[in-house]
Amino acid sequence: MYTILDKVQLAEGIFKVRIDAPLVAKNWKPGQFVVLMVNEAGERIPLTIVDGNSNDCTISLVFQVVGRTTMLLASKNAGDKIFSILGPLGRPSEVKKYGDVVVVGGGVGVAEIFPQARALKSLGNYVIGVVGARTYSRLVLVEELKSICDEIHVCTDDGSYGYRGFVSDLLKRLLEKKDTIGYVYAVGPVQMMKAVSEVTRDRGIRTFVSANPIMIDGTGMCGVCRVIVGGEIKFACIDGPDFDAHLLDFDTLESRLKTYTQRESEVYQKFKGCEYDG
Amino acid sequence: MMDSEEASIRQMPKLLTLEERVRTFNEVNLGFNEDQAQKEAARCLQCPKAFCTSGCPANVGIPQFISAIRNGDYKRAIGIICETNSLPAVTGRVCQVEMQCEKACILNKKRVPISIGLLERFVADIALKKGWKKLKCEQSHGGKVAVVGSGPAGLTVAGDLVKLGYDVTVFEAFHKPGGVLVYGIPSFRLPKDVVEKEIKTLEEAGVKFVTNVFVGKTLTLSELFKNGYEAIFIGIGAGAPIILNILGINLSGVYTANEFLVRTVLMKAYLFPKYDTPVDSGRRVVIVGGGNTAVDSARAAVRLGAEEVTIVYRRSEEDMPARREEVLRAKEEGVKVLPLVSPLRFVGDENNHITKLESVRNKLTYIDKTGRPTPISIEGSNFFIKANMAILAIGQRANKAFTQTIPEIKLDRDGYIIVNYESRTSLNRVWAGGDIIGGTATVIQAIGDGKRAALNINKTFDKSVR
Ligand SMILES: Cc1cc2nc3c(=O)[nH]c(=O)nc-3n(C[C@H](O)[C@H](O)[C@H](O)COP(=O)(O)OP(=O)(O)OC[C@H]3O[C@@H](n4cnc5c(N)ncnc54)[C@H](O)[C@@H]3O)c2cc1C
Ligand SMILES: Cc1cc2nc3c(=O)[nH]c(=O)nc-3n(C[C@H](O)[C@H](O)[C@H](O)COP(=O)(O)OP(=O)(O)OC[C@H]3O[C@@H](n4cnc5c(N)ncnc54)[C@H](O)[C@@H]3O)c2cc1C
Ligand code: SF4
Ligand code: SF4
Ligand code: FES
Repeated sequence: MYTILDKVQLAEGIFKVRIDAPLVAKNWKPGQFVVLMVNEAGERIPLTIVDGNSNDCTISLVFQVVGRTTMLLASKNAGDKIFSILGPLGRPSEVKKYGDVVVVGGGVGVAEIFPQARALKSLGNYVIGVVGARTYSRLVLVEELKSICDEIHVCTDDGSYGYRGFVSDLLKRLLEKKDTIGYVYAVGPVQMMKAVSEVTRDRGIRTFVSANPIMIDGTGMCGVCRVIVGGEIKFACIDGPDFDAHLLDFDTLESRLKTYTQRESEVYQKFKGCEYDG
Repeated sequence: MMDSEEASIRQMPKLLTLEERVRTFNEVNLGFNEDQAQKEAARCLQCPKAFCTSGCPANVGIPQFISAIRNGDYKRAIGIICETNSLPAVTGRVCQVEMQCEKACILNKKRVPISIGLLERFVADIALKKGWKKLKCEQSHGGKVAVVGSGPAGLTVAGDLVKLGYDVTVFEAFHKPGGVLVYGIPSFRLPKDVVEKEIKTLEEAGVKFVTNVFVGKTLTLSELFKNGYEAIFIGIGAGAPIILNILGINLSGVYTANEFLVRTVLMKAYLFPKYDTPVDSGRRVVIVGGGNTAVDSARAAVRLGAEEVTIVYRRSEEDMPARREEVLRAKEEGVKVLPLVSPLRFVGDENNHITKLESVRNKLTYIDKTGRPTPISIEGSNFFIKANMAILAIGQRANKAFTQTIPEIKLDRDGYIIVNYESRTSLNRVWAGGDIIGGTATVIQAIGDGKRAALNINKTFDKSVR
């Protein structure tokens, strides 16, 4: 069992939990994730490790409530226990000295780019953050990111904060002004990552994204997380989750994510409200 | 041999009613009662030269345990079996008996071999029920052994070494120990309480199980050595599904058998939404493959409410590697088997969900290196099978997620760990066995590998450490 040490709500439907998980905290590297089960009858879901501290043996996760399991997790509080956490899984991100780099985060993805931003910064890169959300109340961790990045640009779809538009538009404007960017790393909804990859493709900028297919084991044995990269089948949990955005087939990723939408939402509707208020 | 003819000679176990079978995941084969076991045991000729024993990969003392059954000494019978086979309640249910002990039985010449598997199960079940299977352990001498993976190979090593006084810890990636026995083979063939009881027996003897540890990521092999483990056994299974690279393979509704069975068997998707993990319950399901995994998937699909379940297999039906009994049961349950058919592509709808499978018929030609005739497609014989769900069960390959973290361990071309006759890998103090060394991929082979590794680990300790 793994104990939740604290939980904070970062934005509408987005929470951060710090959990006692000594082994994961010890070997964790940026880009890796855990697969967790909230309780014994629960589903196994993947969540990015946003921070890990081998001194106090904890990891931090930031998640958005989208369905049954994230809702259940949001209903837990400090002191509550999580049934199972497996990790750190996946290949660590490739972090190198590129010079000028951009980290792009959309929605809950803003939290997921943290480890990269920090690692890229510590290697002496000039790190520019481009982050956004649907609306102001969904925007997370902008202040925290400011303390890491050399520069930060914010947008919302509805213009309620910062630039009005998508992160990909903002990135495009940035790239038009600045031609020194050597690397872009993006995390967010599939359509957002796809749009980012289109922006950097013609400019030939090395771009990586964190693929987020459905997963179960996270160890390469079930094959549900398969994605197409450069025409080849790869398992995101062991070959990724980071992939070259210009080689990843986003459309297949998107359509496979929808496999359970209907069934999941039936259950979500059924349980909504009875365990979760926030 | 017809079932009925066989029945007049061999004892036939009671089966669950068909109605119950297609609705529940309850065990189908109910095994022998005492009277049947006695009658079946009485048929054994007690051959001085026991072919049956040589047919068993673990060389179980078959005539000896059958003789103990005849004498009503079930405790002795289980003792004899456990000398070479640590999980008889499992093997008695899942062994490929028609290829192993029962194939070698002298009475098989007349096609009515002794029902060795069911006799084994009979005594194993009594032992589990009566709690006879307490491991007698020597006094601890402090030797620390780590076992990676809790499938039958790992469980066997753990049991044998804890008996010899070792301090054994089993590390398992999943949240539950048991390997394929808990995440693959469905409960209608292997009830999960059987596996749980075996694991409890080991725990009671002092084996520690640590779940949620993927060795290589959560803990590295060198960390295990640093933590004081003096010997490490790797029993991680083969683990990775083979994925056909054909059109439509990534449509929604196209599953690997591993995914389908993990959802259904381990995560209990058949109890959705009481359990949170969903699985498609296709109305028309097509399964590609002919092994146990294919047949298990087909029968699970029936139980999840599918109306039409079809297995397509590229060779002839006799060549299907699945247990014969299970193929028979599957057919009784309404599964259709289409032999000599190869898949060409999956076709999807506008939502990228599978709607049908295009296939081609095969003819059999020359005998290949596996000793079976090679199937070759017949031009122009293409046809479609309607399906809103497909399950690929065309085999496993070695998962390299762990082995690539330890380049010192030599692998063969296909990624299986190379071991010597003592089950040693090329890395000092590391042994391996089970599916990851690429043998026949059977439970009893994994158990046999575990026995051999435990023996050799113990020998090494005797020599150099203590
Ligand atoms: C490597 C990896 C890292 C991830 N890291 C994070 C993270 O740090 N924070 C976070 O909030 N989420 C993260 N996700 C996504 C997260 O796993 C899903 O949101 C979660 O599984 C949903 O579970 P649920 O039961 O609450 O919702 P479900 O009921 O399972 O799904 C609800 C809806 O969400 C969609 N959905 C399901 N799975 C995913 C997915 N993997 N990605 C996007 N949409 C999905 C479904 O289409 C469905 O419509 C990550 C995914 C991966 C693969
Ligand atoms: C559906 C199905 C049906 C089958 N039916 C039969 C049958 O009827 N008869 C028969 O004889 N055989 C059958 N088999 C084959 C049989 O189950 C396997 O040969 C046997 O289980 C192999 O045992 P093992 O100990 O090598 O590994 P496995 O049973 O595969 O167990 C390996 C375990 O190691 C864990 N693991 C992997 N990597 C790591 C790591 N790095 N760290 C920690 N843990 C790890 C895995 O999670 C798993 O739990 C079947 C297989 C399947 C899939
Ligand atoms: S070969 Fe058959 S008849 Fe002979 S001892 Fe073995 S089980 Fe009995
Ligand atoms: S272990 Fe398997 S092969 Fe050996 S005797 Fe028992 S059932 Fe037969
Ligand atoms: S999640 Fe199962 S193989 Fe990747």
